[in-house]
Amino acid sequence: MNIKVNARGDACPIPVVKTKNAIKSMTEPGTVETLVDNEIAVQNLTKMAKQKGYGVSSEKLGEQKYCVTMDISAVDQTHTDGTVQMTTDSKTSESGEESCTPDMRKKSSVVVISSDQMGEGSTELGKLLLKGFIYALSEQDELPGTILFYNGGAKVTCEDSPSLEDLKSLQAQGVEILTCGTCLDYYGLKEKLKVGEVTNMYVIVEKMTQAGLIIKP
Amino acid sequence: MFCTGGGCTAKLGAGVLERVLSRLPKGPADPNLLIGYDSKDDAAVYQVSEDIAIVQTLDFFPPMVEDPYTFGKIAATNALSDIYAMGGEVKTALNIVCFPETMDLNILGEIMRGGSEKVIEAGGTLAGGHSIADSGVKYGLSVTGIVNPKKIYPNNQGQPGDKLILTKKLGVGIICTASRVDQAPPESMEEAVASMTTLNKYAAQVCSHYEIHACTDVTGFGFLGHLHEMMDGRLSCEIYADQIPVISGAIACADEFLLTAAGQRNRNHVGEFVQFEDIPFAMEEVLFDPQTSGGLLIAVRPDQAEDMLEELRGLELPARIVGEIMEDKNHAEITVRRRL
Repeated sequence: MNIKVNARGDACPIPVVKTKNAIKSMTEPGTVETLVDNEIAVQNLTKMAKQKGYGVSSEKLGEQKYCVTMDISAVDQTHTDGTVQMTTDSKTSESGEESCTPDMRKKSSVVVISSDQMGEGSTELGKLLLKGFIYALSEQDELPGTILFYNGGAKVTCEDSPSLEDLKSLQAQGVEILTCGTCLDYYGLKEKLKVGEVTNMYVIVEKMTQAGLIIKP
Repeated sequence: MFCTGGGCTAKLGAGVLERVLSRLPKGPADPNLLIGYDSKDDAAVYQVSEDIAIVQTLDFFPPMVEDPYTFGKIAATNALSDIYAMGGEVKTALNIVCFPETMDLNILGEIMRGGSEKVIEAGGTLAGGHSIADSGVKYGLSVTGIVNPKKIYPNNQGQPGDKLILTKKLGVGIICTASRVDQAPPESMEEAVASMTTLNKYAAQVCSHYEIHACTDVTGFGFLGHLHEMMDGRLSCEIYADQIPVISGAIACADEFLLTAAGQRNRNHVGEFVQFEDIPFAMEEVLFDPQTSGGLLIAVRPDQAEDMLEELRGLELPARIVGEIMEDKNHAEITVRRRL
């Protein structure tokens, strides 16, 4: 089951109270999506989900519009064994960092892939270089937090891309793989995305402005 | 509804504020201005003679309780507190009022009655004020006091070895927030109100008998936020969680995630300076909780701490020695341990 909670316009702790009530009303496992209008509310909801051991992810949908999704199916509500599912932040499990501290200031690097080739010149060489780049990236000791794919780069996460295996390996190591939805639509690739999630321009801008380092091959 | 979730939880975040303040134009420095907004103190101190400086402060906020008279007392107690944190004496106060034209004026009367009672208790005179019509209720005071310039308590001159004393319980932000959604035990709310309406005057009088190196009042930035300011980027400290006085029910409410936005902003602002060693989540939240009319946080010479504590407790204040300023800076600025 999926419950939607609208807590836009509500001051803390109302979004948390409404979400808790929604969870209590659930008769079977499922998800609760809470809409809020500010980032602090997102953080307070995320804090609760992590303490409770619920899987949680959040997304900025627009100006003053955020959605926090909690997955109540994965965890026995009466017992948490500490294996919290984290789908948004703290991907790289850096120990020493308090798990409930929001990662706003954790400046991880972001890799931006805006074409299916690397560099200018031969198309054939450019594609080989990009394949090599993504492979080498997956072998690094320090991985980026996020890889963004847009425009021609959107093809790299889709069917028939030579980099799918490497990207899946990166994803398995906790790297967030995000591909621009508008771009997938434009190239007619919406059904062919093979790795990572679809994203929008708000998230792309947010990831880039909050990055500690942006790497663009 | 009269109460809108106010008090110090309504404060703008420190991070936002710093960006704005750092860009303001600065006129020529006046040597008689001993404390201005270059420092992180809440009050301004201006020297007028060898022995006398005036302390000026201003504080107001929206209601955090339903009863107007109680709100007036809390707002005034909170505004008067800045004078005591400086080591000063209250002399005059002016009312600051925002009030909707359509609301019952008796409510305003009750707010101002609560406020003026506290000014009288502080030994000051309510000398006027300013009111404007506004969509929501806000009330507070601008207070003027005096202090001997040689006896001002800075908020950041603690010394390694100093004991840290906290004079009121933490958790009023959480309790008021929980109360707003009817989830705070009534006795917890009563305890919070009693705490918020206790003048820091009495704790400050005790301070004057001891060698105080730093003093601040714990308000919107929470215990850890104000402690961070006290550390001044050069000191570090250890805090003992088991010694922190906490309003009954606040831990349980924190465990129910009845948390303020301001508390999360405090965590965002100072969380990176704090190392929690095996501290339960709810206690972390209490330490970040914004306080309305909180207690004094005092750095006192170590060999005087026990005597001072005894004198404070003799006044029935729930004071505790909550930590110690440390010598080295090889670890986190603030380390919170479970116990002493």
